[in-house]
Formats: sequence, structure tokens, C-alpha cells
Amino acid sequence: MRRILRLFLVVAIVGLGVTYLVVRPRTLPADTLSRLTGDAGRGELVFWAGGCASCHADAKATGDDKLVLKGGQSFPSPFGTFIAPNISNDPIAGIGAWNELDLANAMIRGVSPEGQHYYPVFPYASYAKADLQDVVDLRAFLATLPADPTPSGAHEVGFPFNIRLSLGGWKLLFLKDGWVVDGDLTEEEQRGRYLAEALGHCGECHTPRNALGGMESARWLAGGPVPAGRGNFPNITPAKLDWSKADIVEYLTSGFTPDFDSVGGHMALVVENTARLPEADRAAIAAYLKRVPASE
Amino acid sequence: MKKILAGLALATIAITGVASAQDSPFALQIGARKGVMDYRQLQLITLGQMAKGEVEYNAEAAQKAADNVVASAMLDQSMLWPQGSDSDSNIESRAMASIWAEGSDIGAKGKAFAEAAMAMQAAAGVDLASLQAAMGPLGETCVACHKDYRAPAN
Ligand code: HEC
Ligand code: HEC
Ligand code: HEC
Repeated sequence: MRRILRLFLVVAIVGLGVTYLVVRPRTLPADTLSRLTGDAGRGELVFWAGGCASCHADAKATGDDKLVLKGGQSFPSPFGTFIAPNISNDPIAGIGAWNELDLANAMIRGVSPEGQHYYPVFPYASYAKADLQDVVDLRAFLATLPADPTPSGAHEVGFPFNIRLSLGGWKLLFLKDGWVVDGDLTEEEQRGRYLAEALGHCGECHTPRNALGGMESARWLAGGPVPAGRGNFPNITPAKLDWSKADIVEYLTSGFTPDFDSVGGHMALVVENTARLPEADRAAIAAYLKRVPASE
Repeated sequence: MKKILAGLALATIAITGVASAQDSPFALQIGARKGVMDYRQLQLITLGQMAKGEVEYNAEAAQKAADNVVASAMLDQSMLWPQGSDSDSNIESRAMASIWAEGSDIGAKGKAFAEAAMAMQAAAGVDLASLQAAMGPLGETCVACHKDYRAPAN
């Protein structure tokens, strides 16, 4: 009897170990960034393309206040309410003490410096496809922004989602390498794909999610209900979005639709970011949207 | 046959009309304020198509559209936004409940729009370049209010 018990225990421990190996946070090799140097000027473009201020600045911030990344916005979801943390340059309240590798692990692997998984409301499922050079440039730019001492708020998330280790399984299922829209793309379309699928994280809102909260890549950008609110994220595949390339560029610049309604809601925050990109980048996003498979 | 069909169509309209009035106690107010918005949009189509060069610039038509935008800003809308007529409780509205919540600055957003509309009124009839220069700032005031207070469509 004792023997059987002991055997059972061994099996259980090995099982737990294997499970842990599968779901444990995986960081980037320590020398990943050793050959790269950051450029704050280029990092500013990455910052706007990535839309960091939309979530980490105050929701009502305009102008220079968008550079005060003190956190505090709340994101209701079916799994609980998440609060954006302070990522300002404050070494205690923010990420002033982080190095480049810390930021790369957060954005590309969804792992904190303490080795814990982040919740995917921080859209690392998209940022995972970012160029390492862009991450290093972004780190350099973030270091030029103001420090703010406001402490980060705690998420309001219940069991089992409050166990960060459980996110390891989610990541295995939904953190995917490779582009969604593949095939023979022009240089402009490839740039657009990078901006839309990686930095601009358009899919995080416009792609419907399955019951576990993963993006359904088979229905890429096909839209769906806003999870905790009114209305729908519109379908922006060619099946529904019949705007010309110039119409899309105009929308991402001024917020005007082709029939002179204006953008609203969270998309207005996105347009505040895209409006700061070079025109060629907005044109690239438009070119990419024209290449996305039509999906009803 | 035609008569019967026409009668049926009228009956359907009558029934749906009654049904939606029953759905929301604020159907009239919501319908009216959406109408004000649609009216603004119509004027912006005239102005915007000229600004983009899709339609040839015409000082008179531009002035008329700009005057209309200002008129829409001057309307007394106080009866169009009753408490409880938000999108949480009324399926036909996209007006977010935060309009009526503590800390709402919808009044300031409306004022910024009225000021931009008057700037457009002063510019639209001058020449195309003046109209184009006023278009961006006017559009920004629509965006600013829709960003905070209008939910996405269904
Ligand atoms: C959709 C909203 C959203 C966007 C966009 C976003 N973040 Fe976040 N971010 C969050 C949330 C929410 C968390 C908290 C995640 C958690 O606690 O697991 C977070 C966490 C972080 C953290 C970890 C902070 C810490 O104290 O551990 C960093 C660093 C970060 N984000 C940087 C960025 C950068 C850089 C960008 C732009 C490239 C960005 N975020 C864009 C919502 C967002
Ligand atoms: C002060 C706030 C505010 C300003 C300024 C404003 N809007 Fe609106 N708009 C709203 C709100 C709120 C709604 C949603 C109303 C509802 O559904 O009950 C709306 C709805 C709309 C709609 C949809 C109407 C419908 O039929 O459903 C259009 C079109 C529109 N606005 C155009 C404009 C344009 C164009 C401008 C600028 C010229 C503008 N709005 C300025 C607040 C504003
Ligand atoms: C935070 C969520 C979010 C993100 C991220 C986002 N969108 Fe949107 N998008 C929306 C919402 C909500 C609307 C509806 C806007 C409204 O109500 O006026 C929208 C509308 C649009 C529209 C207009 C569609 C129509 O038929 O009116 C386009 C085009 C668009 N988005 C493109 C993009 C692109 C390109 C990206 C990535 C760079 C992106 N969006 C990222 C939420 C988002």
C-alpha cells in the first residue's frame, strides 16, 4: 500500500512538473539584444504605431498628456476587469528601472521581469511579431518620457484567472508565430501587414474571439460584438469594407468616413495614433486591408 | 392585388411605428437628435467633397452648407437628451451613459463644435483654400465628442 502511494506521489509530482514545463513562462535568451542599440527618434514612431498611449495614458489625455503613461484605465472583459499599469519612467511606480531585455520579454513573450505571465489584454499576442530592433528603439524612446509616481492599480479578476500560471496554457494555444495574411505581398503590403498585425494590433479588436478569448485567425478582422459594452467591432475585410485605399488613408488621418460621418469610441484613439505616422505607413495599412481575405 | 400589397405595406409601417414607440419612452427624442446629427453629416458631405476636390468649389453652396452647420449648432437641444435615454437602456441609441454621469464634459465638447462651425462659416465662402483649412478643425470636434460619448454601431 505504501509503495503504491509513493508511486502515485511520484507520478503526480512528475505530472505537475511536466505541466509546469509546458505552462512556465519562457523568456528570451539573455544575449538576444546584445548587438542592437536603441534610437529614441525611431522609437517614437514605434510608440505611436503600437498605440501604447491609448491604454497607458489617461483615457481623456490629449496633447503632451498622452506621454504621461501613468496607467489607470480599466478594461472590462468576460474574465474580469484589468487595470492598465503605470509604465512611465518612474523607477518604482513605473518601468524606469527596466532594461531593453525586460521590455522585449514583456512585449514578445508576455513575461514580466519577475518571471510571471501577463494577461493577454496587454496585446502581446500581436506585439510578439514585432522586430527586436523596434522594441529596443521603443525602450530608448520610453526612457525620454516623464516619470509619474502614481502606483499601479490591482486587477479585479476572479479564480481561476487570477492564477497567472494558468495563462501558460492560453499562450500555448494562442501565441502564434508567422503572419495571418500570407502569400505574395508587395513591399508596401508587407509593411502594412507589419503595422496592422504586429504593432497596430488591429486584430485584437476586429477579429472575433473564441470562448477562451483567443483570436479566431480563420475569421481575421471579420468583426464581432464588443465584449463588455454596446455595439460591434466592424468587419474590416473586403467583404464589408468597400472603401477605396484613399478613403482608408483619410479615415486613419482625419477620422472622416467617406460619407463624412466621423470615427468614434476606441477607434478614435487608434486614429490619434495612426494620424501621427508618416502618410506612407497609413497607405501601407490601407494596401494591406485590401489584401486581407474577405470574410463575412 | 396592388392595392392589397400597398395596404399591407402601410399596415406594417403602422405596426412597426407603434412597436418602436412602445420599445422606448424616448423614441422621439432619440430620433430627433439622430436627425440633427444626420443633418450635420449632410452639410459636411457638401463641404468635404469640395475640400477633397471631388466636387468643384462653389462659394455659394459652400456658404449655405456652413450656415446650416452653424444653425444645427444653435438649435436648443435641451429636450433631446433626457436622463435615461442612453444606449444602455435604449437599443436605438448609441449615446453613452457617461454623457449624463458625473464629470461629463459634453457641454464643452458641444461648445468646441459650435466654435469650429462658426470658423467654417467665416471661411467657406472665401475660397477653396480657406474652406480646406477649416475642415480639419471642424472634423476634430465631431471626433472628440464621438470618441468619448458615442458607442459603436450594432
Ligand atoms: C489594449 C490596451 C494596451 C495596449 C495597447 C498596451 N498595453 Fe501595456 N498593458 C496593458 C495591461 C492591461 C497591462 C497589465 C497586464 C498584466 O498585468 O498582466 C499591461 C502591461 C504592460 C507592461 C508591464 C508593466 C509591469 O508593471 O509589469 C508593460 C511594460 C507594457 N504594458 C508596455 C506597453 C507598451 C510598450 C505598449 C505599446 C507598444 C503597450 N503596453 C500597449 C494594456 C495595454
Ligand atoms: C457634443 C457631442 C457631439 C458632437 C459635437 C457631434 N456629435 Fe454626432 N453624435 C453624438 C452622439 C452622442 C451620437 C449618438 C446619438 C444617439 O444615438 O442617440 C451622435 C451620432 C451621430 C451620427 C449617427 C446618427 C444616426 O443616425 O445614428 C452621425 C452621422 C453624427 N453623429 C455626425 C456628426 C458630425 C458630422 C458632427 C460634426 C459636424 C457631429 N456628429 C458632432 C455626439 C456629438
Ligand atoms: C481598441 C479596439 C480597436 C483597435 C485596436 C482597432 N480598431 Fe478599428 N474600429 C474599432 C471600433 C470600435 C470601430 C467603430 C468606430 C465607430 O464607432 O465610429 C472601428 C472602426 C474601424 C474602421 C471603420 C469601419 C467602418 O465600416 O466604419 C476601420 C477601417 C478600422 N477600424 C481599421 C482599423 C485598423 C487598420 C486598425 C489597426 C491599425 C484598427 N482598426 C484597430 C476598434 C478598434
